[in-house]
Amino acid sequence: MAPLNIKQGSTQHSAYDLRDPHSEVIEQHTLALVVDNESGVLARVIGLFSGRGYNIDSLTVAEVDHTGHRSRITIVTRGTPAVIEQIKAQLARLVPVHEVHDLTVEGPSVQRELALFKVSGKGEARIEALRLAEIFRAKVVDSTLESFVFEITGTPEKIDALADLMRPLGLREMARTGVAALSRGI
Amino acid sequence: MEREMTEVMSGARMVVQALKDQGVDTVFGYPGGAVLPIYDEIFQQNDIRHILVRHEQGAVHMAEGYARSTGRPGVVLVTSGPGATNAVTGLVDALMDSIPLVVLSGQVPTFMIGTDGFQEADTVGITRPCTKHNWLVKDTARLAETIHQAFHVATHGRPGPVLVDIPKDVQFATAAYQPPQKARVDHYQPKVKGDIEAITRMVEMIETAERPVFYTGGGVINSGSAASQLLREFVDATGFPITSTLMGLGAYPASGKGWLGMLGMHGLYEANLAMHGCDLMINVGARFDDRITGRVKDFSPFSQKVHIDIDPSSINKVIRADVPIIGDVGHVLEDALRLWKSRGRKVNREALAVWWKQIAEWKAVNCLDYTPSSSLIKPQHALQRLEALTKGMDRYITTEVGQHQMWAAQFLGFEGPNRWMTSGGLGTMGYGLPASIGVQVAHPEALVINIAGDASFLMNMQEIGTAMQFRLPVKQFILNNERLGMVRQWQQLLHGQRYSQSWSESLPDFVKLAEAFGAKGIQCAAPADLDDAIREMIAYDGPVVFDCLVEKHENCFPMIPSGRPHNEMLLGDAETEGAIGAKGAVLV
Repeated sequence: MAPLNIKQGSTQHSAYDLRDPHSEVIEQHTLALVVDNESGVLARVIGLFSGRGYNIDSLTVAEVDHTGHRSRITIVTRGTPAVIEQIKAQLARLVPVHEVHDLTVEGPSVQRELALFKVSGKGEARIEALRLAEIFRAKVVDSTLESFVFEITGTPEKIDALADLMRPLGLREMARTGVAALSRGI
Repeated sequence: MEREMTEVMSGARMVVQALKDQGVDTVFGYPGGAVLPIYDEIFQQNDIRHILVRHEQGAVHMAEGYARSTGRPGVVLVTSGPGATNAVTGLVDALMDSIPLVVLSGQVPTFMIGTDGFQEADTVGITRPCTKHNWLVKDTARLAETIHQAFHVATHGRPGPVLVDIPKDVQFATAAYQPPQKARVDHYQPKVKGDIEAITRMVEMIETAERPVFYTGGGVINSGSAASQLLREFVDATGFPITSTLMGLGAYPASGKGWLGMLGMHGLYEANLAMHGCDLMINVGARFDDRITGRVKDFSPFSQKVHIDIDPSSINKVIRADVPIIGDVGHVLEDALRLWKSRGRKVNREALAVWWKQIAEWKAVNCLDYTPSSSLIKPQHALQRLEALTKGMDRYITTEVGQHQMWAAQFLGFEGPNRWMTSGGLGTMGYGLPASIGVQVAHPEALVINIAGDASFLMNMQEIGTAMQFRLPVKQFILNNERLGMVRQWQQLLHGQRYSQSWSESLPDFVKLAEAFGAKGIQCAAPADLDDAIREMIAYDGPVVFDCLVEKHENCFPMIPSGRPHNEMLLGDAETEGAIGAKGAVLV
């Protein structure tokens, strides 16, 4: 018999579901879907969320297998444990959806988001912005005498934190990619 | 003659060839600009029969009637734009009730898509949430394979409607035809075998349960006739009581000794109290619909619940299952029955005897009782007479939606599956007449009766023309109360007897209406004439519109008011004062 593929920290493959099924606590989960990259597949996924009243905190999509025409959609969503289970079951039911992974319960995962910040300012504020960017390991990807565009990669929390700090220093515009995530280990 | 695997043909011919290769004998449809090439191919062959409808909604409901009475997918062909949008109600109806349909729609040519062309609509966009899956085919080389995939998806797993949108240039262009055996059906292979550990747990619970009940639904019928047979064997061998949803009627025979009748909002007293009081509920292919559960918080509070369903998203959607079993009902019942037998066919006989004694007390309440009348036809009485006069016949029943539908479910008995077609999930008025036509197409010799209300009948009455054209002798049994009966009942119970817009003003003369179509019209107003009139309807070789004038203010009981649990049923008019509170009033 093949050994069960249980990832460290996983609750899904445990003999017991360790989460309280009746809990009304709102949890945030990161879901990764592997889908056929066909016309309308994203509309199908998004339509399911809007049609059934589920939340999307973040969503990213891109083709990851050009020969097999497979895309990966990463969705950060929130809901009670029962709602999260329902979201996963509904997603798995869509015909072009091949795999649904709940990275939040399947074990440790890495989650990264990329953001671009445009910060304008002069004098002390401009220097402070540059100093903060360094601390956060943000790169300067564009610069004028009165502005910078910083590129930062990290967890959404880290990006939020830098945004909060940059705001008083002249944060003009921000673009974020949404979360991309993979499980740790093999 | 062996067909060449790589035969080159037009997209339009491919459509017809693919339908033939899928074993389709009937298509319900309506022509239009964007499907003319396909209609040209239909003209040039005799294997597939085309039923010309009068409105595309009718085509989809006919295909549903065909599918539900045969177990085979129903096929619809409509044009672009309004043809497709008219089909939408039927698609959602089939989606809610898990009916396998393949709908083919024409589309403007690919180079015109997005230009707001004549009769252009974003059909795949509009029907995306109305179908199990849909496709827009932009390349003739992919057309045949897509149609084969469509049949596969419609009929595998939880059945449902699918749509293939075919632009007109794709119909004209040529490519090599792909036969079904070469079509990739991809990864779509839903699991049918249930987890044996879960099945074992269910069998253990069956062996010890003191107050068990089977609660069965449309999934048993969708699983095929073998599933109904297995269910009968299981129920009879265990001696357990069984109730069913509206969708599942006929899976277990109404004459069977375990039968409690339908459950739910207008279900039988004994069925609902058995659900409320049971200690083991075995849900076989039902989905804990809100018409069934009433107030979820108080639903069957003392029971362990087993839930067998082919769709994982049905599990724990509304009611938490203690033992979920994901799989096809037929496969799961087969495994469970085999295991239960091999373990010695154990049940808790003593406790069961006590349980049945309790059920007998509930049955003695005689919840379907109504006040008879010698001057007016009571709708319940009309159905009882129809039941008595058609018993034993090769009979199929369809219904519209409303009071008459619930009375039909209460007063007609079904001995086998696929004999009862009604719009359950979506509750589509106008379903029954076209559905009866679809059933009659599939079963030309059978007695097909649509139980209708005066208001529902009017919603798709144009299809009497279809019945006439194709010599389909469907019987339209209208319980005419000159009201939107169910709306009127709710207004009486919930809205202070303010009967807003629930009168059927300016009703047509149904007899003359029938005659205008060339059909037979019969009107019956007196209880004494009823039997003869029904016999006349049955004997007539052709479509009949039977205008049965019934008591106008009869209410449908029993009734679980919205927002109440099963054990708070209303049994009759005397109990209805202030029956529904403010909280219940917001529910449908």
